[in-house]
Amino acid sequence: MTTVEVQPGRAKVSGPRTLSLGEHIGDYFKRVWGGEMGALPAIAMLLALCIAFSLARPVFFTAGNFANLFVQGAAVTVIAMGLVFVLLLGEIDLSAGYASGVAACVMSVLLVRHNVNLYLSIGSAIVTGVVIGFILGFLVAKVGIPSFVVTLAAFLGFQGLALLLLGNGQVISVADNYPVIYALENKNMPLWLGWLMLVVGVVGFAILQLVRVRNRARRGLARDPLSLVVLRVGALAVLGAVAVYVLNIERSHNPPYRVGNRTFGVSLRGVPVVVPVIIVLLLILTFVLARTAYGRHIYAVGGSKEAARRAGINVDRIRMSAFVICSGMAAIGGIIAVSRANSVDSNTGGSNVLLYAVGAAVIGGTSLFGGKGRVLDAILGGAVIAVIDNGMGLMNTSAGTKFVVTGIFLLAAAGLDALMRKRAAATGLR
Amino acid sequence: MTATPLLQMRRIDKSFGPVQVLRNVDFTAAAGEVTALVGDNGAGKSTLVKCIGGIYPADAGEVIFEGRHVTVHNPRDASALGVEIVYQDLALCENLDIVQNMFLGREKIRGIVLDEPTMEQMAAETLDRLSVRTVKSIRQLVSSLSGGQRQTVAIAKAVLWNSKLVILDEPTAALGVAQTAQVLELVRQLADHGLAVVLISHNMNDVFAVSDQIAALYLGQLAAQVKASDVTYSQVVELITAGRSGNLGLSPAAVGAEMNGAQR
Repeated sequence: MTTVEVQPGRAKVSGPRTLSLGEHIGDYFKRVWGGEMGALPAIAMLLALCIAFSLARPVFFTAGNFANLFVQGAAVTVIAMGLVFVLLLGEIDLSAGYASGVAACVMSVLLVRHNVNLYLSIGSAIVTGVVIGFILGFLVAKVGIPSFVVTLAAFLGFQGLALLLLGNGQVISVADNYPVIYALENKNMPLWLGWLMLVVGVVGFAILQLVRVRNRARRGLARDPLSLVVLRVGALAVLGAVAVYVLNIERSHNPPYRVGNRTFGVSLRGVPVVVPVIIVLLLILTFVLARTAYGRHIYAVGGSKEAARRAGINVDRIRMSAFVICSGMAAIGGIIAVSRANSVDSNTGGSNVLLYAVGAAVIGGTSLFGGKGRVLDAILGGAVIAVIDNGMGLMNTSAGTKFVVTGIFLLAAAGLDALMRKRAAATGLR
Repeated sequence: MTATPLLQMRRIDKSFGPVQVLRNVDFTAAAGEVTALVGDNGAGKSTLVKCIGGIYPADAGEVIFEGRHVTVHNPRDASALGVEIVYQDLALCENLDIVQNMFLGREKIRGIVLDEPTMEQMAAETLDRLSVRTVKSIRQLVSSLSGGQRQTVAIAKAVLWNSKLVILDEPTAALGVAQTAQVLELVRQLADHGLAVVLISHNMNDVFAVSDQIAALYLGQLAAQVKASDVTYSQVVELITAGRSGNLGLSPAAVGAEMNGAQR
């Protein structure tokens, strides 16, 4: 058990008291009840949808379909992760979808038509995203055009740019003759590598948590009880192990078998290559937002521009940088989309990609009013979108029904956010 | 109390175009004292404060800080001297917690990572030193704080940096009775800890509750700077509204000239 030390001469307020596990749980429920739901709605939606689809279509609840979810949701999720930065400022980027398309076109044109080096082509795509973000950010922050208008114009412009880059109506095929790009969405990691990744992740997480607790304890600051740390690490280990186990199940319809010394069929098992890519991006961006002064300043500008300015923060630079990160991530999303489609056309990153990405961020719990949100939100929301998309597809419903249902879920998430906001205002929590 | 006050402003003039806002103002603030700066709307209180804070420079006159002549070009210079201003609209980020707000823009960094334990410790020590007992946890979001608590956070933010002079612009204007008392107690605490405090206020009760010195501005001129114990409530009101009270304040000629000037 933890004891609360009251040193003589110190007032009661000196930092949050070290709470026990029970108090932590009680505190959590109090916060949720008070309107600070965090990721809860997204997780609840995800569970409800998975149960409903599994009951309606048993094929939903198979290893093969589980792997599909990651592959189908990857591009939208990566774009949504970048969008979180822009949304945190209370801005919007409507052009992120087509920015990913333009980056994808740049890469494919260089790679296929001009035979440029693979890594140089990928680098050019990301640089394209960064430059796009810089221009958008400059127009919003320095010139002062509302981000809605700037990115709406860019949305139209990039659509045209993609057509011009490809030449009208043309499609560039980027299939398994470019193995690195092809592997992203079409290959799986060796089984042992999946387990190794899990072990490294869980051990790393545990070490970080323990170091943090020890540092705070040494300074006499309030810290999480060890039981909570164990619970967190345990939860990550269990969820991760289940995921890796399921993804390592053979999901080929034609699994390999041997006749004599010849092997027929193909094996399809392992964690999809795109999963570690998304995890690495998640770790980097979460570190930036939560642990660096730059991330703190993003939240500050989203909370109150005036307060940030008076605190000596260069508000314009922060705003421009958020657009750069958003479009840069969109470019990575574009590369993933190329890998998924095995090709690029003028509609890559178009149609509902942007709307799904914004929806993912919002369903995950990122506020459109700015100042509230995490990169993890984009992943949870992206999972919800992927599950709806996938599940409705299995139900053999028309595209029309699918859009209506997705729309309803987005509205539900945004409505819940608004209701909780009111509730929080009433309880004085937020 | 002390031989040389921490801050001395001498013969300060300031005009915005043809409008002279400050005229030959002498103002001092001593360490360990609360100096109230009172005056009607438009008397030049805010302008005087902004001259100290480096928002805009004075046209003429000199500023002496800790016995040295100084020129303050911008708010950063003021911070470097140890001068912090808490404006009326507190400018806190509601989506950040108390510690995050107190260190906003001046975060403690170790490598490239935020040094949260150090910041939390410093914030807690500062609040302890000010005997703040009104906030439950320093990891509370500012959005969950009352007006008085927010004022407390803004003041604590100002004294976190070993500041020597803290200027408070109407800290109690929007507060209820109990919260006003809390903030005034805090203001007194700052002075008792040896800081020079300048308190801008319209509320005579507040002024008399905590001030050692009262400086009254009247249409851009300093009517008088007197010890709070030497004057009465009504004398201060007269200084504010008429520029003079008995043998205190501006000479009748100066007041008359100013009135004529104002009518022109």
